[in-house]
Amino acid sequence: MSELTGSYDVLVAGGGNAALCAAITAREAGASVLLVEHAPRAFRGGNSRHTRNFRIMHAAPTATLTEAYAEDEYWDDLRRVTDGETDEALARLTIRSSGPALAWMESRGVRFQPSLTGTLSLSRTNAFFLGGGKALLNAYYRAAERLGVVIVYDAEVQDVRLRAGAVDSVVIESGGRTMRPRVKTVVVAAGGFQANIDWLRQYWGAAADNFLIRGTPYAKGRVLRNLLDQDVMPIGDPTQCHAVAIDARAPKFDGGIVTRLDVIPFSIVVNREARRFYDEGEDLWPKRYAIWGRLIAQQPDQIAYAITDAKALTLFMPSMYPAITGATIDEIAGKLALDRATLGETVRAYNAAVRPGRFSDKILDDCRTDGLAPPKSHWAQRIDAPPYVAYPLRPGITFTYLGVKVDERARVVMRNGERAKNLFAAGEIMAGNILGRGYLAGFGMTIGTVFGCIAGREAATYARW
Amino acid sequence: MRDGDATDEARRDMEICNACRYCEGYCAVFPAMELRREFSNADLSYLANLCHDCRGCFYACQYAPPHEFNINLPQAFARLRVESYREYAWPDSLAALFRRNGVIVALVVAFALAGVLLLTSGLQAPSAVYGPHTGTGAFYAVIPLGVMIAAGLATFGYAVLALAMGYARFWRDTAAGLKQRVNLSVWRRALGAAATLRNLSGGGFGCNDRNESFSGIRRWLHHAMFYGFVACFAATCVATVYHHVLGWVAPYPVFSVPVVLGTVGGIGLLVGTTGLLILKIVRDPVSGARELLGADVALLLLLAAVAATGLLLLALRDGAAMGVLLAVHLGFVLALFLVLPYGKFVHGIYRLGALVHSAAEAAPARGERTIE
Repeated sequence: MSELTGSYDVLVAGGGNAALCAAITAREAGASVLLVEHAPRAFRGGNSRHTRNFRIMHAAPTATLTEAYAEDEYWDDLRRVTDGETDEALARLTIRSSGPALAWMESRGVRFQPSLTGTLSLSRTNAFFLGGGKALLNAYYRAAERLGVVIVYDAEVQDVRLRAGAVDSVVIESGGRTMRPRVKTVVVAAGGFQANIDWLRQYWGAAADNFLIRGTPYAKGRVLRNLLDQDVMPIGDPTQCHAVAIDARAPKFDGGIVTRLDVIPFSIVVNREARRFYDEGEDLWPKRYAIWGRLIAQQPDQIAYAITDAKALTLFMPSMYPAITGATIDEIAGKLALDRATLGETVRAYNAAVRPGRFSDKILDDCRTDGLAPPKSHWAQRIDAPPYVAYPLRPGITFTYLGVKVDERARVVMRNGERAKNLFAAGEIMAGNILGRGYLAGFGMTIGTVFGCIAGREAATYARW
Repeated sequence: MRDGDATDEARRDMEICNACRYCEGYCAVFPAMELRREFSNADLSYLANLCHDCRGCFYACQYAPPHEFNINLPQAFARLRVESYREYAWPDSLAALFRRNGVIVALVVAFALAGVLLLTSGLQAPSAVYGPHTGTGAFYAVIPLGVMIAAGLATFGYAVLALAMGYARFWRDTAAGLKQRVNLSVWRRALGAAATLRNLSGGGFGCNDRNESFSGIRRWLHHAMFYGFVACFAATCVATVYHHVLGWVAPYPVFSVPVVLGTVGGIGLLVGTTGLLILKIVRDPVSGARELLGADVALLLLLAAVAATGLLLLALRDGAAMGVLLAVHLGFVLALFLVLPYGKFVHGIYRLGALVHSAAEAAPARGERTIE
């Protein structure tokens, strides 16, 4: 690993979208760049591997985007989902930079396509990567290699040692050996800590053991912890994470998109005690799917079961796991190891409460329950058409909100308010500055791209100066 | 006919891909997949034969090995295609020819060459075979025209029949549930997709022909090969008209239509097949069925041999080597005709069927699609 003992203008910690944008930008500006990716080559790219689009401001239709999406509407969307947990200056900078980013991305090999089927609501606001996030990463890695960025896999940045508000040294572990390359500046783009179960346990207790992590197992938050322990200013609620309901049969890590389940609005959801606990039809699914991870995390054993019948089978996107089916609710209870009597009573009470209405999965319809607690406000249909269908659900963690505070030049801010001289941050490790809570599809990639490019440019400028 | 493994693996892959759909911009396989929630054996045969093995989806796949989901769609489909070739082969008794197909093609070539050479040298006077011939009817002094026509018509005619039967079997199986009518417009779109290899464009940006990087080279090499083949076939047809309608007897001058078509076609075939062979050797071995490698290489080599000997014959037709060269060339052509329905060539027949199917079911507007 002689690469790790060399001398570089810029060290980039991380190997996802933001890291690549930073590395490419810095290298194009003439800096020598070392990119250190914790994952092996096959799993390179962090959570960007699982992404598929990029939220982009645009004034007119493009080859793959419909209509227009102006700055103020974009900003309104962000303000609404974050409930104001955002930094308007940084947010508007990100939004304004997203438009020109498209051409930048394309000229580095990223390809786009019209929005995916089933995501038509995003065709106006989001540009979809042809082949998804891994295809984007492949393009960036190829561009970086062509430019002469030195890329090292299977290597973890363990310590970015600060002294007097500047990076003094960097410690990298690779293959059991510790190495200290000489670097003038550092860009940290090493992600959040959602794959660090011990860390999650600090806030969630033993429940964290039952969380499934939807993305990379390499997002351990090592660099984040390291910086926060050295008087870097934190940002974002450390206890919060983006959690959705995914199939409980998904692997512990890296299950990605195919484990998600969109069946909840057309089901009843019961907990381990075979009792319902929340209104499954509260609002349109795109507005509600992100609350279900938390809801299930608060149930005993962090497990829940969506139960419905044959009528619902074609109403939602297929998931990779087959439905658990049964000719009777009793059989379903047996297969799910739920109390038969209780589940029978839950379904009976629900069915009795369902009011007649005109069912439509496209709108907030008038199919609801009456006198049931909790109610089901929409899409409530009797569960009475065998085969009965069930899916087990667990919280699937997408990302965490805790990060390091940055300014508009991607400089890391210290607790005393000063900027670290030669330390920049991009991607999930600083996304909490802008997306302090909630979720906006494709916005993580926008933050990563915009701040990756800013961090790369600033790092190269600093190194040259 | 099927051992089940390849089908099960293709079904598992499709069920995961259908929950992801990130690759839908690459080719016709994914839109066809999205019309289904369950995948019958016939569906999988159809989808496997719709796959052009461009490998865009493999390199883009977040679930490709070593990920535990272990998705390698081009590989799964390639394995299933080999099985489908056996399943739809006509007659049933010859389906076994798709096992160890490389060896079988090689044997057919050997016997065809030996047969033509032996018959030529055995039945004709040595002076007819080894002496120089020039002028009208030179070729037929070596091998009589009647024999050429009879052997050609018999073997090629049989090939057309067997391929047509294979197409019919494929269609009956895979399109049994097709609701849309196959009208002229469907055929036009399917033939357009076949003629342009639209599905080898990677959504417009090229395919992973060699590795992670994108190129259009495989598409263009296939075009060179395919249109080379077509030009050679056209040369034969024109020559037939010359002979039987106009009474002009071969050999024809260098700048005559049959010779120009044959020369251009021969060069195209040679370039295409050689390039595709090289690509097969240098590309990352991430996809492709081992069982099909022999068949693949055998057909490419055979086509290259037909083209090379044809060009050589043209170059040396005025010399003493013409007799032997003609026999060798026709030996290769005979072998090609014999193996057409029982070798890699059949991929084009089923691919066309799959493209027709795809064009038919893609016809309704997006919103009108029914999910089955």
